[in-house]
Amino acid sequence: MSGVEGYMYPNEITLYWSVLIVLYPFITGLVAGAFILASLERVFRVEAVKPTYRLALLTALSFLLVAPLPLVLHLGHPFRSPEMYFTPHSSSAMAMFGYVYLWYLMAVLVLEIWLDYRREIVLLSQSSKGLLRLIYKVMTLGSSNISARSLSIDERAGWIVTLIGIPSAFLLHGYVGFIFGSIKANPWWSSPLMPVVFIFSAMVSGIAGVMLLYMALTKLRKQEIDMRCVDSIAMYLFYIFIIDFSLEMLDLVHRIYEADESFPRLNFMVHTQLYFSHIVVQILLGTLVPLTLLFVTQVVKLPEIARKYMYVISGILALISVLAMRWNVVIGGQLFSKSFLGYTTYKMALVTREGLLVAIALTILPLFFLWALIKLLPPWAAKNEAEAGPA
Amino acid sequence: MNISRRQMLILLPAAAVAWESVLAGSPEASPNYKISDHWWGMLIDIPKCIGCGNCVRACQTENDVPEGFFRTWVERYHRSDWTMAQTGALSANPLIDPEVISPDGGKEGFPVATDESGRYFFVPKLCNHCADSPCTQVCPVGATFIGPDGVVLVDQSYCLGCAYCVQACPYGCRYIHPEKKVADKCTLCYHRITKGLTTACCEACPTGARQLFDLKNPKDPIHEFLKTHSVQVLKPQMATGAKAFYNGLDGSVR
Repeated sequence: MSGVEGYMYPNEITLYWSVLIVLYPFITGLVAGAFILASLERVFRVEAVKPTYRLALLTALSFLLVAPLPLVLHLGHPFRSPEMYFTPHSSSAMAMFGYVYLWYLMAVLVLEIWLDYRREIVLLSQSSKGLLRLIYKVMTLGSSNISARSLSIDERAGWIVTLIGIPSAFLLHGYVGFIFGSIKANPWWSSPLMPVVFIFSAMVSGIAGVMLLYMALTKLRKQEIDMRCVDSIAMYLFYIFIIDFSLEMLDLVHRIYEADESFPRLNFMVHTQLYFSHIVVQILLGTLVPLTLLFVTQVVKLPEIARKYMYVISGILALISVLAMRWNVVIGGQLFSKSFLGYTTYKMALVTREGLLVAIALTILPLFFLWALIKLLPPWAAKNEAEAGPA
Repeated sequence: MNISRRQMLILLPAAAVAWESVLAGSPEASPNYKISDHWWGMLIDIPKCIGCGNCVRACQTENDVPEGFFRTWVERYHRSDWTMAQTGALSANPLIDPEVISPDGGKEGFPVATDESGRYFFVPKLCNHCADSPCTQVCPVGATFIGPDGVVLVDQSYCLGCAYCVQACPYGCRYIHPEKKVADKCTLCYHRITKGLTTACCEACPTGARQLFDLKNPKDPIHEFLKTHSVQVLKPQMATGAKAFYNGLDGSVR
């Protein structure tokens, strides 16, 4: 059999979870990470990261809107997916996805964004014209009260929503890790560390993503990048990245030292099929290089321009590393036989429903949503409102 | 409401016809089958298996199994002899590293064994119809379930085709049907056993290496067999409550 080495159970030769299932935890991770960055300002009063607060919320929302798409697209019967809401199976981790997702979307993100933007929405519903006016009118939900008292209630309510939002963000992504970590049949997945690793890598990707978006958008708007803000984001990225990397290494060291029955196969896999994506991309290039760069920015006083470049490189590499980690978990977990006697290979399709082109489209799609959201709800400070406002 | 005798004479046959059509739409009835009176499983007697592949062919014909996928398959193990390498250490552990083949699921039998050394034997595999099945646990909509008679089934009109159950099965017994796009697996020939027949694979086995059993039937010969033999399940560490019992199972089998 082509692509098979050793012995696979005959039904195992086909991989059922494709590149789309790699994207799903990557996208959800960006959502959770971006939200946690936003909550730094709101709940923990980290004033320095304020310029990214609204951008982080909008980023989280635009990625969250796309998050279920790869899942639905990979189903054999996508139109049956509402059954997950109507007749959920209580013992299934996957069945809870619908509920965690809806809770997070409606009770946390949309609500928090609405509370935070309510003043602007009301003002815009009075100043804009035509269809846009109607859209803003609907978004006010019939309340145009922007008195100081009402706004202070919004502020307090928003704080509470964020407070609920932090554990919700952990739940959203921790649960994604649990989907893999709870499969006892698969030793590459089965680990109680999986949800924790997923959460920390999610924070890495979300923080890096928002940092890059902030820098890119500020550049595009020909504004000055707030270095105090970017410096603190980079500091958080550095520390979270260290925790994430330590957890992943703990998992790896534990596997190597315990060397249970699956180990010879998993070890071989990491040296062959997964060598490039795991060792080279995820660990060396994606983690050690950005960690070194970020470490240097923390201990050496560098000029602004050098810091900017190092942050951008670190951010991009961190995103690549997290994507590679998702790949190594999802695809890696299906490359070896559960008989521990052989391996198969994953041949990514190009134009099929679960192919590379769809995957690329799904990665870019959230950026379009973000663009639309930024047009509708400009995240910049009031002085820029006129120029970046409704076009 | 007043219904005259004449109206009754017209209505009753009409109702009977309607009832017939309702019955035609429901699953095949097995009037003599009481679901709670059974607890099915299968005994695989490894020393009796000759690797002819009859069971695989019978299963594929009976259940219309798609090409390249298997509800049951046969593996041939070759556990080599223990050898001392030059260094004095034992080279490879044949209990951990057996050589296994299953060309086309063993459907057309196996090539002639050439290696004189070691030990060859066949291991038929099928869904273990686990009592604590990890596959039914993970199904997001409960489309796959354990029946009260211990058979693990899939409701294919309900399955989303998410393949989570395929990932959760430790034995590789499930696949996504390439045309129907839903999970598919051994049903223990449910359409046959509910009519008092045995499964297609057991029926076709020339040596009696596969025996359907019903643990709730006190007269089933399985009870006598279990008194006198040491049987084992696959991957007992998975604690799945597997009901495919193997007699004479070698430690190298997984």
